[in-house]
Amino acid sequence: MQPLFINHSAVASGAGVGLDSTVIALGEMRSGLAPCEFETVALDTFVGQIADPLLAPVRDDLIEFDCRNNRIAQLCLRQDDFEQAVRGAREQYGAARIGVFIGTSTSGILETELAYRRRDTSGALPMDFRYGTTHNTFSVAWFVQTYFGLTGPSMAISTACSSSAKAFGSAARMIAAGLCDAAVVGGVDSLCLTTLYGFGSLGLLSPVGCRPFDADRDGISIGEGAGMVLLEKKARGRSADSIALLGVGESSDAYHMSTPHPEGLGARMAMEQALKSAGLQPGGVDYINLHGTGTRSNDATEDKAVRAVFGNDTPCSSTKGWTGHTLGACGAIEAIICALAIERGFMPGSVNTRAVDPAFGLRYLVDNRDQAPAIAMSNAFGFGGTNCSLLIGRVQA
Amino acid sequence: MKLWVESAAILAPGLTGWTDGRAVLAGEKPYEASPLAPPVTDLLPAVERRRTGSMVKLALAVGHQALFCAGRPVDSVATVFVSSGGDGDVINDICITLAGSDRQVSPTRFHNSVHNAPSGYWGIATHSHHPSTSLCGFDWSFAIGLMEAAAQVQVDRQEVLLVAYDAPYPDPIGGVRRVVEPFGAALLFTRDRTDRTMAELEVKMDARPQEISRMNDLALERLRTGNPCARALPLLAALAGAQRQQVTLERNAGQTISVSVRTF
Repeated sequence: MQPLFINHSAVASGAGVGLDSTVIALGEMRSGLAPCEFETVALDTFVGQIADPLLAPVRDDLIEFDCRNNRIAQLCLRQDDFEQAVRGAREQYGAARIGVFIGTSTSGILETELAYRRRDTSGALPMDFRYGTTHNTFSVAWFVQTYFGLTGPSMAISTACSSSAKAFGSAARMIAAGLCDAAVVGGVDSLCLTTLYGFGSLGLLSPVGCRPFDADRDGISIGEGAGMVLLEKKARGRSADSIALLGVGESSDAYHMSTPHPEGLGARMAMEQALKSAGLQPGGVDYINLHGTGTRSNDATEDKAVRAVFGNDTPCSSTKGWTGHTLGACGAIEAIICALAIERGFMPGSVNTRAVDPAFGLRYLVDNRDQAPAIAMSNAFGFGGTNCSLLIGRVQA
Repeated sequence: MKLWVESAAILAPGLTGWTDGRAVLAGEKPYEASPLAPPVTDLLPAVERRRTGSMVKLALAVGHQALFCAGRPVDSVATVFVSSGGDGDVINDICITLAGSDRQVSPTRFHNSVHNAPSGYWGIATHSHHPSTSLCGFDWSFAIGLMEAAAQVQVDRQEVLLVAYDAPYPDPIGGVRRVVEPFGAALLFTRDRTDRTMAELEVKMDARPQEISRMNDLALERLRTGNPCARALPLLAALAGAQRQQVTLERNAGQTISVSVRTF
């Protein structure tokens, strides 16, 4: 594929709000995970929560969209001069030529969970409950599009934990097909009871902060957050080289709804496809940001799959010990972490991980490394056996 | 974007399969809105079939129908699944559980709650490792799915099966999100013309919103407006007809896309 430039990005998660505070948290090995005190949840687990006071109501004219998920989206849009960048792009390209591609797993379902507690005597939901602009999966893409007054193609991609990685794929295709010139691409997910109790029922929640690739890893920590990028065909700014999306690979496991393929077959295909789409050999990748959820099965199969493609030597790590597993948002957040690693010259290690599982063969980084990758891969895999790998790299503008 | 349609499928009240549905949509037979029998699909192994609800079955059945009509192996195409909001039965069950005192969510129900559940079961059923995506565009989901499928055909140069499906929500969520009847449609797009090609499509975004295509038959028009994925009906009617037609579908932000349809 033709490289698409990531000229602007913004991030918000339990690990940090804004690019700078995220980099500081990464550098200081400061995890954003804490014991779960979310809502009325009574589960013995940790979460990566964005502090409630940071989540201001959505802009007055968009109040029908107000819900935790869209508040997180708005918090992210307001970081890192992202809002100004999108407004500038709108001036340049026109509102109809900018697409919006947002990955989300549960969107604003928390609103419906809370509304069900307020059913009246006939069983009906309260009059003030709005479904379409809050709970509906499209709500967050609709909100972002309306926030900027954009009229290009717009969609929510909802493929569980690969959602916002796949959003890059859809955006790249629509730009290549000429349906838009630029795209706001991102992922947003927020804490809710469905995912907390749902992953709890599967026995996949760690009672401590998640420890990706650790011998003693015992599950995920759910996080919330958002990542947004402005994807364009041309580089901006005066720097000699810029950071771009170089390749996207997508595949299906065709194996099980909630368990990855034991040999990591689909994951391997996604990574190989991403390399092919970027025209790169495995040796051209300097760092891999793993899906690395911290479950027994994900990390074991991902270790096999990555080794099958890259061998044992490519440095890699999971950053979910900082953010938690932000589900539909993790693809975008971790693509941004890859871009930050390239731009600011470091390879993240793995906070919370103490001793890497001796059964694994990857060159897994526990400590941060002061070395700049030029090209990084980001993996995102999800329920339903959906896999997506992205390649992000420095290119001459 | 230009693309070729190799087969079409439909499952809705009074429109059970393309052979039957085509005649109705072409105006050769009157429309009779008899209730849709629960879709049956033998694609899934029995153990998995028991875990799925009617919405997954609807999506799998209509997608399978399109590939069967085209005579293509089920594992040979990429897929785009699109629904305006996912499985209402599952979401309703989970929200009732979470509002109660015992919040034990069933693990199966939880993994069935993801928007991409039909896509996941499709993979298990077909053993296809091809890419599969699952999109949502609220009331404009079908148009968005069509654009995604067209972009995949054009850019990735691959065969793409578009599967669109929506079904009524139970109360109380049905009280705030009304979907009148189940509706599923599937279209198989190819990158090149083949022996089986039934139509050529040219999909474009309109610079200014155009008037949306509607159904002449009042009952079909009620179905079109009552189920987001049934917004596909004017396109399916054009595919059923013998003439060149232009169909306009609403997409997001008050905008439209136009599809020129030339049938063979």
